[in-house]
Amino acid sequence: MISFARIKGLLLRYYFCYSRSTFRIMDIVFWPVMDLLVWGFLTMYMLKVSGGVPGLFTYLIGSVILWNVLYRAQQAVSVSFLEDVWSRNFINIFVAPVKTFEFVAATCIAGLIQSVAVAAIMVPLAWFFYQYNFGTLGFFMIPFFINLLLMGWTLGLITTAMIIRWGHQAEALAWAIPFLLQPLCAVFYPVEVLPAWLRAVSLCIPATYVFEGMRTILKGGAFSMKDLWLSMALNLLYAILAAALFEHLFNEARKNGKLTKLNT
Amino acid sequence: MPELVLDVKNLRKEYGDKVAVENVSLHVARGEVVGLLGPNGAGKSTAIQIFLGLVTPTSGSVNVFGLDIEKHRVKILQRCNFSSAYIWLPDNLKVRENLVVFAALYQVKNPKAKIDSLLEMFEIAHLSNSLTGKLSSGESTRLNLCKALLNDPELLLLDEPTASLDPDIADKVRKLITKIQAEKNMTVLYTSHNMKDVQEICNRVVFMQKGKVHAEGTPQEILEQFNHTNLEDVFISIARGGDLVEKPE
Repeated sequence: MISFARIKGLLLRYYFCYSRSTFRIMDIVFWPVMDLLVWGFLTMYMLKVSGGVPGLFTYLIGSVILWNVLYRAQQAVSVSFLEDVWSRNFINIFVAPVKTFEFVAATCIAGLIQSVAVAAIMVPLAWFFYQYNFGTLGFFMIPFFINLLLMGWTLGLITTAMIIRWGHQAEALAWAIPFLLQPLCAVFYPVEVLPAWLRAVSLCIPATYVFEGMRTILKGGAFSMKDLWLSMALNLLYAILAAALFEHLFNEARKNGKLTKLNT
Repeated sequence: MPELVLDVKNLRKEYGDKVAVENVSLHVARGEVVGLLGPNGAGKSTAIQIFLGLVTPTSGSVNVFGLDIEKHRVKILQRCNFSSAYIWLPDNLKVRENLVVFAALYQVKNPKAKIDSLLEMFEIAHLSNSLTGKLSSGESTRLNLCKALLNDPELLLLDEPTASLDPDIADKVRKLITKIQAEKNMTVLYTSHNMKDVQEICNRVVFMQKGKVHAEGTPQEILEQFNHTNLEDVFISIARGGDLVEKPE
């Protein structure tokens, strides 16, 4: 039986940790805002000197906001896990009656909260600095957000599984993995820019459909519902595979003693 | 026959070529305080990690409260707790916050009252709003013990609980553990390198060496088996490869 009280307990731990630390709050707020400012002003400059591509500005600002939703969800899952490893509290958590699912669920909820917070900060800032209206995406904002959140959670779960498998030396993956996928999932440019063989890879990534869809809508076109469902189906498939991978590597770590080594 | 709280049969754990625990069988009855002793690398920590479900055994079985730890980990852990001098609580949380989090994880009823009473009992109530990272090692150890007693565990596993305490606090902690154990008829599995602790607290001791159970009995029986007057000498004798001494007829 899943216990919401235990999930709440784990969330309380993140709340206490984040509410006190200016640096952790900065980590959530600082980078998205910097992204928004750098990309926004750079694009304004490029448009001024080159005439630019029509709509380029709105594409890039929209992409920066949506990318940060995905990135934050991934970060919350993997860094929440790392918080317990760094504070050597990991063993205390796993000798408590906490189910693996509850632990993962708590990190995912932390990811949801952080993604919503990031969007809530970036959207008005984009309006303030560039009069960019994120609401142009209309109803699709919701499925886009859900898809990116799901993909962020999945990436976070895979990252965590890899840290459990390879230990402290793999911690850098928590920051590296999303950027490994960023060039492939058409965040800042359309899929057609990629070489043909990479396009095939790109179309296997759920986020690709979100970023392509965003550009289609901003161009005034209609986003295909088929693409939306395809993206959702890919996300669900990867989430199931990631959960299986996590379970497998977690059990392997219990067999080979690597789980307890994480606490050293 | 007393109810068995921990029932370990033919436990074996291999890490590649290395055998960490070999053919260990151990029975702990309700209300017993058992010292699990041995030099570094004897297999005590691995055994405890298996009892807590953190490590899976290569073979053998571990039943806690009559349930297999591999199949009923969460159910068992709800009734157990663990404290180690080498495992910390998050240092960026306040003392009370850490206990609030673990009270939620163990689903403690009336957590505020429980936390208050434990903080009082271990004489750290005045540190309730201090950051855990600012505590001395002795205070941290006492906080760990508060965490370990939050859920009134039926089985408490303590890994060197007095390792970093000064003699005064260590004495108080030993007395408190003894008092709580007697009041609640709690079962305790206790590892320590401090033989004074063991002699004072434990009803029975199990000495491990090179992954195997080397000797087992009440402290008095062990002293007689090894023909020594204190457990410290027995410990040294075992650590240096000593064996049982034939008792004179």
